[in-house]
Amino acid sequence: MNKKWIMNWVIVFFMTMGLAAFAQAETKSLMMATTTSTEDTGLLDYLMPLFEKDTGIALKWTATGTGKALKLGETCDVDVLLVHAPSAEKKFIENGFGKDRKEIMYNDFVIIGPESDPAGIKGKSLADALTAIKGKQAQFMSRGDDSGTHKTEQILWKASGLQVPDKETWYVQTGQGMLATITVAQEKNGYTMTDRGTYIKYNSQNKGNASLKILVEGDKNLLNQYSVLTLNAAKCPKAKYDLAVQFSDWMASPKGQKLIGDFLLMGERLFFPNAD
Amino acid sequence: MDFIVEGFFKALELLINGDGSTWSAVLATLKVSVWSLLISTVTGLPCGFMIGYFDFKGKKQLRTVLDTLLALPTVFIGLVVYAFISRQGPLGEFGLLFTLSGIVIGLTILAFPVVTAITASTVEGIDPDLKLTLISLGAGKRHILTTCLWEVRYGILTAIVNAYGRVSTEVGIAMMIGGNIKYHTRTITTAIALETNKGMFADGIALGLVLITIAFIVNLSLSFLRKQ
Repeated sequence: MNKKWIMNWVIVFFMTMGLAAFAQAETKSLMMATTTSTEDTGLLDYLMPLFEKDTGIALKWTATGTGKALKLGETCDVDVLLVHAPSAEKKFIENGFGKDRKEIMYNDFVIIGPESDPAGIKGKSLADALTAIKGKQAQFMSRGDDSGTHKTEQILWKASGLQVPDKETWYVQTGQGMLATITVAQEKNGYTMTDRGTYIKYNSQNKGNASLKILVEGDKNLLNQYSVLTLNAAKCPKAKYDLAVQFSDWMASPKGQKLIGDFLLMGERLFFPNAD
Repeated sequence: MDFIVEGFFKALELLINGDGSTWSAVLATLKVSVWSLLISTVTGLPCGFMIGYFDFKGKKQLRTVLDTLLALPTVFIGLVVYAFISRQGPLGEFGLLFTLSGIVIGLTILAFPVVTAITASTVEGIDPDLKLTLISLGAGKRHILTTCLWEVRYGILTAIVNAYGRVSTEVGIAMMIGGNIKYHTRTITTAIALETNKGMFADGIALGLVLITIAFIVNLSLSFLRKQ
């Protein structure tokens, strides 16, 4: 084969690649900051094409913890938020960063741990379980990333009459997403708190045979509410407020709500729609 | 051990079936590495050539600075670029955060010192007698310059290959500035980080194989250049 021809071809190929990057047609797009659970479970992958079909808006998202997501809203780097830390969200709106907050869906948190259950927490109440983990100094993985789950977990230690065991050696702060934290817990044979949706995802990845099991569930403190927040247009004039409202309305609409309720993994519902 | 073997098969499966998210990550990686390489080469080559070719005051100090920049941590570049292009930052109005263009800025800063420093070193290494010979042969200034450029062509190639190696395997900048957005700014490296986090090792290995294959193709085409 002619070498020059190959060279030319390679050059043309790379130039085209490069040009394609900036020649992309600009469609209506909405940038969202959200939590790791909505991405890890596959919920957003499932909703995105349906939302685009209905509204013509391409949904893009970056999945971080709720704390970082709210921060991205404060700095106007995104257009809309899908998060789960009600008290932090209300503060966000009180401080003038957010405009509307719409409750969309919920699931619940569960405490998971190895089947051998070294601290013996299975079936106990939440407060008793956390006290037992502390008493046995059993390894407990915390998100440690200021996410919605992390915020809730800190509240739960306090609600159980305990200090947040911030500096204890058995209290491991991973600083990573929920699935990553579950993986750490699995490797270390420890306990962690997760939203049920992410747990089901983790269990399905292990073909229903995951080594960590749900040990504590059903406590009323373990409710996990997800909401969509739009940004205050006065503070963030560049944020696409109109499109954000369209997204929020679509999620809360009967159709959006039904789609969320229909999202199953291993036959289990991950998120329960509860918009007004 | 199974998941490692599984990874190899998964890689083939993902590519052959034309899995949308895999190909979009491959494309994103190619786009950002090609653009950052283009910009850093166009700017870095002349800079490196001049630093190597001409003698001037402060040349040694400049070289020290340049060599230090070679060790610039990518997360630090990511942090600084993030601060600049966030809506709060001085370049905020362009809305570059979470875009491929934003990643290109970061990667260009990463690649520029590599191209410049390696080019400068090769140019410095040109046999000093070459210039004298050319002058004694009555060559003009332009002729001397082009001959020197031709002499260092392999060095320049090395510079580009090195820069390519750094930008295509980079993860910190791509993650911080790109935000790992599926179908948009998710590159092969950030996808691998994500899959590992999710405990999906097979998918991660599959993507790693893709990255290695691209590197192999790039180096293969460059070795064609070298033989010419």
